Amino acid sequence: MSARITNKIFSAINGCLLLLILIIIVYPLYYTVIASFSDPELVVSGKVLLTIKKFTLDAYRNIVSNNSIIIGYRNSILYTVIGTLYDLCLTIPAAYALSRKELKGRNFFMGIFVFTMYFSGGMIPQYMLIDRLNLIDTFWVMIIPSGLSVFNLIVARTYFNSNFSQELNDAAKIDGCGEFGVFFRIVLPVSGAIIAVMSLYYAVGHWNSFFPALLYINDSKLYPLQLVLRNILVLNQTMLMDIESLTTDQVSLAVRLSYLAETMKYSLVFIASVPMLIAYPFVQKYFVKGVMVGAVKG
Amino acid sequence: MEKKKNMGVQALEHCNAGKYQLNSFMKYFKRYHPLYVLLLPALIYIIIFAYVPMYGIQIAFKDYRASFGIWGSEWVGLTHFVTFLKSPNFVQLIRNTLALSIYSLIAGFPVPIILAFMINEIQSPKFKKTVQMITYTPHFISTVAIVGLIGLFLKRETGLLNILFTNLGMQGKDFMADPGSFRTIYVLSGIWQNAGWGTVIYISALCGVDPEIIDAAKVDGASRLQKIFYIDFPTIKPTIITLLILNVGSLMSVGFEKVLLMQNSLNMETADVISTYTYRLGILGGQFSYTTAIGLFNSVINAILLLTFNGIVKKVDGNSLW
Repeated sequence: MSARITNKIFSAINGCLLLLILIIIVYPLYYTVIASFSDPELVVSGKVLLTIKKFTLDAYRNIVSNNSIIIGYRNSILYTVIGTLYDLCLTIPAAYALSRKELKGRNFFMGIFVFTMYFSGGMIPQYMLIDRLNLIDTFWVMIIPSGLSVFNLIVARTYFNSNFSQELNDAAKIDGCGEFGVFFRIVLPVSGAIIAVMSLYYAVGHWNSFFPALLYINDSKLYPLQLVLRNILVLNQTMLMDIESLTTDQVSLAVRLSYLAETMKYSLVFIASVPMLIAYPFVQKYFVKGVMVGAVKG
Repeated sequence: MEKKKNMGVQALEHCNAGKYQLNSFMKYFKRYHPLYVLLLPALIYIIIFAYVPMYGIQIAFKDYRASFGIWGSEWVGLTHFVTFLKSPNFVQLIRNTLALSIYSLIAGFPVPIILAFMINEIQSPKFKKTVQMITYTPHFISTVAIVGLIGLFLKRETGLLNILFTNLGMQGKDFMADPGSFRTIYVLSGIWQNAGWGTVIYISALCGVDPEIIDAAKVDGASRLQKIFYIDFPTIKPTIITLLILNVGSLMSVGFEKVLLMQNSLNMETADVISTYTYRLGILGGQFSYTTAIGLFNSVINAILLLTFNGIVKKVDGNSLW
């Protein structure tokens, strides 16, 4: 067999396997979307498999009228926007400083950060600290304690290390630019790639985070979306008015409502995931190029 | 006289040197203090939120009473550790924790590597981009949503997978309530969610393969599989080893959030792991000292695993974290 034919066969097999993998990844997500727009009874009886059947917006209408979901959504947006800004303010300047050889003791400082990747006080001492700081059941507990991921710091530092040369600093020095000037006027404006990637990582972290809220928040007015989601999806708290008080004439309605509760879960997953799924393709092009190279070894 | 004069000169020189050093330090500081200012917020953050809690670890060796505070509570030595080692839950917790993470590691670790090779072999840039885009997607969905979806798909009567199984003539099952299925559900859904994202690091490492070597191999008539085994694989081997060491070093800390979300009263037999036990007894039950001791025990085992495995790899392979 000639090399060209084996090459073609290889590509064909590889392509088919990848296609199969794509289907496995996409189908559950696709099913979630079509189920959320289909008639609940058909979904529950397994008749919705490939396309939307009997299009309806009932599930979404019920979600929009649910107060705790709306409050959760609003809270999550606030936590994500403010939290991401706060994280960036901590990470980017520190990563830049740590990338500069002129920073004396930079290995020592790096060590201080890296050590916390391997060893931490653990859940209880952390909880006690948050308690002592009087942060329990406040808005800021969702922002201040989750400020910096050391992994992200290393990724950003690697980026600065490999993208800014000594010559640039020397040139800036000759121009009479101070170190603040170099950072704010020269480095930051051309660091869009790393800022975009860091923003996405942190935003996804905030948007999807549920455990800090579970630990530190009891007040349902401060619940982020994920906690509301958990109560409905995982603990099966009912979203609808009480079904039990219905008369016998309305039993069929009650059954329908219980089916609706199922499709509402699909629509809930959809609206909770959509913001991040929209954001990430914009940043995707930076993932492989430059940003991740060498990040593992730091 | 001569000697004295000499000494005086020396002292003067010494003094000048000191002055010079001070001067150069002032000069250095004047120029570079902004770097320290930029570093400071992150440093303060990490000290408060990572190092201050480490001070609290001492309650693992104390009988913590809120009214006495961390410092004022009474020392009890290793009592809490002994209690944990002797507790009837100990064996089950260790077994569950290790079984789950070793299963995840063995089944999950090779998948992103293989997938990265496959993606790297795609010749159409457009298809390549599409595959990457789609395989990354599940990573951005929250753990809560994933576990919610698992629950919906596996539901006894109405779940998609149960319907599929019944159509294929197999017995449907309430998988979420079945202790025997817990680990497989956890691991497979984990692979589904994270295998694609896991390729990012390998693919960027594969970008480092020298194209000239590939061309030379082509001229020599190497097949694509040979290229993968003899050129690509050795290139990303250091990356693979680094990630493997890090994974082994966190064997005792499984994905806590997901386990907690997947737990229910029926599958606890296999679903209860050390971290969820700590949460239940510590945060919900208020046994601060006892659970801090368990957490510390956990961290120490992780550290030992990391150092041991790193040492073994260093000896065998020459690669290591440090």
